[in-house]
Amino acid sequence: MTVWSVIGAGVAGLAVASELVSRGARVRVFDPGGPPGPHGCSWWAGGMLAPWCEYENAEEPVLRLGQMAIDWWAERTKVHKRGTLVVANPRDFPDLRRFARRTEGFSEVNKREIPRLEPDLQDFSKGLYFGAEAHLDPRQTLQNLTCQLRDQGVQFHNTLAPPNLENAIDCRGLRARDDLHDLRGVKGEMLVIRCPDVTLTRPVRLLHPRMPLYIVPRGDGVYMLGATMIESEDSSRITARSMLELLSAAYALNPAFGEAEVLEIGVDLRPAFPDNLPRIRRLRRTIYANGLYRHGYLLAPALAKGVADLALDNKHSEMVDEDRA
Amino acid sequence: MKTFYGTQLPNPLMLGTAQYPSPAILEQAFRDSGAGVATVSLRRESGAGQTFWQMIRELGVLVLPNTAGCHTVKEAVTTAHMAREVFDTKWIKLELIGHTDSLQPDVFQLVEAARILTDDGFEVFPYTTDDLIVGERLLTAGCEVLMPWGAPIGSGRGLNNEYALRAMRAEFPDVPLVIDAGIGLSSHAAHAMELGFDAVLLNTAVARAGDPVVMAKAMMQAVMAGQLAHQADPIEARDMAEPSTPVIGKAFLS
Repeated sequence: MTVWSVIGAGVAGLAVASELVSRGARVRVFDPGGPPGPHGCSWWAGGMLAPWCEYENAEEPVLRLGQMAIDWWAERTKVHKRGTLVVANPRDFPDLRRFARRTEGFSEVNKREIPRLEPDLQDFSKGLYFGAEAHLDPRQTLQNLTCQLRDQGVQFHNTLAPPNLENAIDCRGLRARDDLHDLRGVKGEMLVIRCPDVTLTRPVRLLHPRMPLYIVPRGDGVYMLGATMIESEDSSRITARSMLELLSAAYALNPAFGEAEVLEIGVDLRPAFPDNLPRIRRLRRTIYANGLYRHGYLLAPALAKGVADLALDNKHSEMVDEDRA
Repeated sequence: MKTFYGTQLPNPLMLGTAQYPSPAILEQAFRDSGAGVATVSLRRESGAGQTFWQMIRELGVLVLPNTAGCHTVKEAVTTAHMAREVFDTKWIKLELIGHTDSLQPDVFQLVEAARILTDDGFEVFPYTTDDLIVGERLLTAGCEVLMPWGAPIGSGRGLNNEYALRAMRAEFPDVPLVIDAGIGLSSHAAHAMELGFDAVLLNTAVARAGDPVVMAKAMMQAVMAGQLAHQADPIEARDMAEPSTPVIGKAFLS
């Protein structure tokens, strides 16, 4: 029986491995970085399963393919189905109107309804509630997937994959740019803070002309604040400006965030193709699955299905843009 | 036709390169509109945006690097030097932001930075207000182009003070003038050209439109229409109707 070698144990690699195993394939995983951790950019993700919100500034496949993500993940990890709340200060209401015009799947909420959804958001008079969206904890998810795969007999090798592998599936993210020359890195900066004084139960997005902020609850008063989008490939540092913007946006949501404890500062590069949509390519004996951009958890299920379709059934899903087997 | 430091622009549309949904859409917006100049920010990327900058170079248009996000003369000068290395051009769009919320230019620092950069051999395109005295000072500092705002950056309000912009055009008849910032609609862009401005620079109106590629084309058609209208010496507006056909013999005279 064919053994598929998945290279890279980030969200793309693990999702591909999981989809292959669920279809009865034999799989092993190579990642010299070892188990999921800060070396992979999916460790730093928000974990929002928000196809309708993302559609505001993304192309149609993100909306369509992203909608399968909630059920796919719910079979594998804890998914919080509590929707997304989008709010803006009065001066930025034009941005809220534009956001509403560009997407669907929301109801408008007002001064009375917003605190009913989130009692700690008292100062907002207009917002959009995307009831069908969800979120998950990315780190918990990566760990759960790894454990499940191990239980299903998948071997994890903490080494580089041997060269010239048959049946390889390359999910190395930005490290694959030696083979995928149109891949680029898009810098993202995020913070993890602890603020037990504020209770939010679902991702909240604050629209702002300089930087749209989102805040995702991780439970126990811990929040992830993200994220910048910068056309830069320097992942070595967060700038003071970015940190100021992130924190002042949180403060604008609720001044009690001013007392938060900063637990972590994260910086990494999202792998992206020029149209910011993921791709599957078969070049000789390797299938490449890459370019999840800011939609790691949202589009990994669709990417994984596309890879399995190609690998097992030789079917070409829409993400396959090149096949030179 | 006026030139920009000796360079003839292929057309009067300059587009920014920030905030597009993706680089692919940015590229398509340039290709389909035919915009001749791309402005690009260096400040935020701090030297590590090579892949993105390479894409900008490959657009095959004139590149006008900018100092967006700079708040002090020192920052702006440093950024300009970096831009000259990265894009191998003497052109620099000088932005010195005086206020974080309104993104209004700090004209005092602007004049100082313009002088320093001109002395350094740069060809400076200063983002300024519609103030005539500031314009004069910038020309004295060595600028050969002025870029007054239509309205605050990203506001999409069009030409906020048409009177001041007309005055500026009249005051500096031989200086290339570019309306920079505030354009939201194609009618705003056409309006700027009808007033006799030499080019229009915009970013948000295209990048954040629902269909940036179509909006870029609309803007190009608008600047071309406005330019033609200006060249055609339009009629004056008047308070009463002026019939375009003779009225003698019509029934109302009887």
